[in-house]
Amino acid sequence: MPEETILNDDFLRELMNVGEVDLLVGVPTYNDARTVGQVVQAIRSGLLKYFPRQRAAIINADGGSKDNTQELVRAASISDMHHADNLYALRTLHCISTRYTGTPSSGTALHTIMAASDLLRANACAVISPDSTSITPEWIQTLLQPVVNDVNDWVTPVYRRHKFEGLLIRNLLYPMNRAVYSSRVREPYPTDFAFSGRFASHVAGLDTWSEEAARVGAEMYLTIAAITGKFRIVQTYLGPKSRGEGAPADLVAAMRRSVGTLFWSLDSTFNIWSADLDPEPVVTIGPEHELDPEPLRFNRKRLHDMFARGVGELEPVLRSILSHSTLCQVQQVASSPEGELGYTDELWAHTVYEFAAAYHKSVISRDHIVQALAPLYRGRTYTFLAENRDNSPEALESNVEALCLAFERSKPYLLEMWNGRK
Amino acid sequence: MWERFFSEMTKETLEILRSVAQFLPRLMITLIIVLIGWVIAYVLRYLLRSILRLAKFDRLSEDAGASQFLKKAALPSTTELLSRFVFWVAWIGFILIGVSVLGIVGLQEHIGRFFGFLPRLFAALFVFFFGLLAASFFSRAALLASVNADLPSPRLIAATVRTVIVIFSVSVGFEELGIGEHTILVAFTIVFGALMLGLALAFGLGGRDLARRYLERRFMHEHKEEREDELSPL
Repeated sequence: MPEETILNDDFLRELMNVGEVDLLVGVPTYNDARTVGQVVQAIRSGLLKYFPRQRAAIINADGGSKDNTQELVRAASISDMHHADNLYALRTLHCISTRYTGTPSSGTALHTIMAASDLLRANACAVISPDSTSITPEWIQTLLQPVVNDVNDWVTPVYRRHKFEGLLIRNLLYPMNRAVYSSRVREPYPTDFAFSGRFASHVAGLDTWSEEAARVGAEMYLTIAAITGKFRIVQTYLGPKSRGEGAPADLVAAMRRSVGTLFWSLDSTFNIWSADLDPEPVVTIGPEHELDPEPLRFNRKRLHDMFARGVGELEPVLRSILSHSTLCQVQQVASSPEGELGYTDELWAHTVYEFAAAYHKSVISRDHIVQALAPLYRGRTYTFLAENRDNSPEALESNVEALCLAFERSKPYLLEMWNGRK
Repeated sequence: MWERFFSEMTKETLEILRSVAQFLPRLMITLIIVLIGWVIAYVLRYLLRSILRLAKFDRLSEDAGASQFLKKAALPSTTELLSRFVFWVAWIGFILIGVSVLGIVGLQEHIGRFFGFLPRLFAALFVFFFGLLAASFFSRAALLASVNADLPSPRLIAATVRTVIVIFSVSVGFEELGIGEHTILVAFTIVFGALMLGLALAFGLGGRDLARRYLERRFMHEHKEEREDELSPL
């Protein structure tokens, strides 16, 4: 049993005292004292308001915080704030905070939550990021209801974002995930999501949790597990997401968590994605995308300079990853003056696929391959920002769609590179 | 007198013939050992070459930068070179064992020394190779980190990392071989010390403003609006 290895004795004892539950909400934390109290209170209010008759538990899996995060979770869970809104539980609402062993990682935290959910035989579970300060009690209903009512297995969020937020998702994760796995999940790297007990049991038992890529980018890994495992997926609109919430502080860390895990997953799922897959539309509850067109200040010159300098400095590294023709085209783009830089959709799709193939073949250290993609992503970001600076949200969406089609058209190229020598 | 002469001649001839008769079997054994040694060395070479090819050792050495070095020197691949090396070491070992059977005075000591030297030779080669591998890995890591952190002169940083590791592994390798132990250790200490001092002076004096800006950016979170990462990637 997987829970025997991941759940410690004290935590197991507490879970056994709880018995079985209908709903479970997990909060993975590590030094999140600044925001976790507010998030736990919103979760508690959501459960009391929308699921008062259900047996529920809040599980906090902590990586060993030194800023009293666990104490704040416990305090928030017994806070009487909900009495002000006349919210009373008809069943006991349990709240358990546990410290998992090992180094802090989202993977170990989510594995702990999944194993706990499996043990408590929860029908529906949600995971809320401790950084999601824009959470409202309605999020809990919106995330859990599709699982409780409609026997869906994996619920990913759709947020209202600024049009220039989540650029890595729009320029790489969504198009590539859609092209490779034929699944139109808009947020393949969700920080707030829900899943069924069936999915938790399936995933908790997988032996890939010990792999670095699954531990570091568990959110991405779970989405891919849901797609490739043919689980029923639904997207649900949660509302606005504050800028920077849940996102790693720097680009390379973000790429390791998301792009690294996406590349890594291609190895074990080759038989699935290499076959001709029928496109599977994903049902969306609410709008499929909502963008905030407000102007946003950013330093485009710095992006251009970092791209151009990065391509020049990393030439020996890029030579071992990219094909000669793609490298020449990238170098040509990098030598363009600031106003004329254009990293086209096709070139970007080819670049990403060649990086994925190089990752598969481990031509150099896999972590170095992911790091080497960062300067090229800056070039692509520059082009995307320049193209869409004055665009309406609709025009921007049509550009994203064009990029997705370029990735889909280039999928045979990925297969060719995958099986080829370089 | 003639009788005495013939008697001495016969005695000496018999002595020579007895010596030759005693030597011939030993020579035969030597030749057999050399022949068996050649077969064993050949099999070892074949096995090692197959194992290294299976383990994709050439890719590893390409990663370490050793392949490029060998290509420039018009030498075969590392797999081939290592297989040949093992073949010759094994065969020479057998030849020496065979020669020792001949019982030539003074040769035993040299043969013993040769076999005593072999582990140190292997250890030195091991240190050289993995030193090159580590130098290549860490210099690339430094290059990528410097480029992504937008530090000035990333290639200089990477080259410095590579040079320090290569010098370190060469000095450890030579120390293992017992060649110029003290000279190389002292040279390494001087080069490394000078490099660190130079960097400290360059960064502390020449790059005062750069250091200040870097530390401010790192710890005081100033100029935050200029960071491209402000556009949250996820």
